[in-house]
Amino acid sequence: MTSPQLEKSDYGEISLKRNPTSPRTLFGLVMSGIAGLFTLAAIIPLLIILSYLITKGVSSLSAAVFTELPPPPLVDGGGFGNAILGTVLMVGIGALISIPLGIMAAIYLSEFNEGKAAEWIRFATNVLSGVPSIIVGVFAYGVIVLTFKSYSAWAGGFALSILMLPIIVRTTDESLKLVPQDVRQASVGIGANQYQTVLQVVLPAALPAIITGITLAIARAAGETAPLLFTALFTQFWPNWDALLAEPTASLAVLVYNFAIVPFKNQQELAWGAAFILVILVLFTSVLSRVATAKRTY
Amino acid sequence: MPAIKEFGFGFITTSSWNPVKDQYGVWPAIYGTVISSFIALAISVPIGLGVAIFLSEDYLPPAVQRITVFLVELLAAIPSVVYGLWGIFVLIPFLKGFTPLKGQGMLPAALILSVMILPTIAAIGRDAITNVESGMRQAALGLGATRWEAIIQIILPAASSGIIGGIMLALGRALGETMAVTMLIGNSNRVAAFDIFAPSNTVSSLLANQFAEASGLQVAALMYAALILFFITLVVNVLAQLFVTRLQRI
Repeated sequence: MTSPQLEKSDYGEISLKRNPTSPRTLFGLVMSGIAGLFTLAAIIPLLIILSYLITKGVSSLSAAVFTELPPPPLVDGGGFGNAILGTVLMVGIGALISIPLGIMAAIYLSEFNEGKAAEWIRFATNVLSGVPSIIVGVFAYGVIVLTFKSYSAWAGGFALSILMLPIIVRTTDESLKLVPQDVRQASVGIGANQYQTVLQVVLPAALPAIITGITLAIARAAGETAPLLFTALFTQFWPNWDALLAEPTASLAVLVYNFAIVPFKNQQELAWGAAFILVILVLFTSVLSRVATAKRTY
Repeated sequence: MPAIKEFGFGFITTSSWNPVKDQYGVWPAIYGTVISSFIALAISVPIGLGVAIFLSEDYLPPAVQRITVFLVELLAAIPSVVYGLWGIFVLIPFLKGFTPLKGQGMLPAALILSVMILPTIAAIGRDAITNVESGMRQAALGLGATRWEAIIQIILPAASSGIIGGIMLALGRALGETMAVTMLIGNSNRVAAFDIFAPSNTVSSLLANQFAEASGLQVAALMYAALILFFITLVVNVLAQLFVTRLQRI
């Protein structure tokens, strides 16, 4: 009586019941299964890598690791204090160059220019972020190392700043765009000029998101190896302040590379320890940025 | 650029790289770059698309879905030198167990590359799919399409320009990726016949290996190689950006 069967039509029996064995249903089920499996397959490498880093990295960490110099082959102990300092120095140099430039460029893009030029600059920034980091290293080599005839922390910092710049411009630009237009109009409405509006109203509102972008850029730069290979090179010694840092400088990322391809057990363990620190830095900043962008000022 | 004057266009097609005799040709490196990138794409395009679809549908509860999206994006944030380290000490010994691989080679490099570019394809693909107007999906379902008929016949074609853009961005990343590949590919400069178990080379690992110790004409030759790589990735990236910006306008 309340059968789900309809009348016969041109298409034969039509049933409104879901037929669990019809090819359409089966096809959907199979595809859903495949998509789910692929997602699992995408996450598994991450979990495997993280578990290896934690088991191998934690065991090789100790207080000495942070204060001592890298050991020569076959010598026990040692650490990578100079590499940590070198990474901090070069990322700092990169940040000093790229943060002011990047933020000012983004303010120009979102506040003062809505025309064709802004579109082109955005396009160029996106393309710049796709330039391979080793090419940036070659560029920094040509500009700084060849000019001053020496590998230096400055050349490394310069290369890193080029890599950080597009990240900072893009995140700042996007966070400024998220500040509602009403806020700007209110500010202008109570008599502020454009300069005051940007500096005292829009920027403070976007500040948390901007800082997030900066930390992301710093974490990314700390893990970059390719641009440092032939700009800062590597050294077994502490950064040389007397030479104004114009000497080869160690860094965590290059240390991982150098010590991973040698056959000496102790150095390999230091490589795992350094990799662990780099990944912790990245994890920490990624989670932080999630939490920070979840909150909105307006 | 003395290298361009010296070698001209033949630089690209010559395959001997001999610093002692000052003979340079980048054909093996270009070949290795292209092959490793395309193997990586062949692996990560289907998986990345699967991830993008799975994470844009309502299979998972929202909280779990957010965490999964975050985890996939985290794959992109891990420094490439860490992937290389893991590849040397875990992936290569693992692969040696059941393949003819003898040590470093094309296969581990391409596998690691595919993991590294996966989040790019998945994230941009997911953006493109969620940007498809929900009315299109509802219309398809209303006409009696099943979930996957709607995905394949309506949603994927509508999102295609964004998906293609994401794949091209991933290709650009794979072509220029340096550290992980350098640590895994074996850096051998002979022209490889198509053998994914043999060591090979890419332009970027050529640069990473030789630049710091190079002198004279070798520096110029490496600069020339860098210029070629720069142009290839520039073209790929510009095309990718054009696709992705078209996505934003729709």
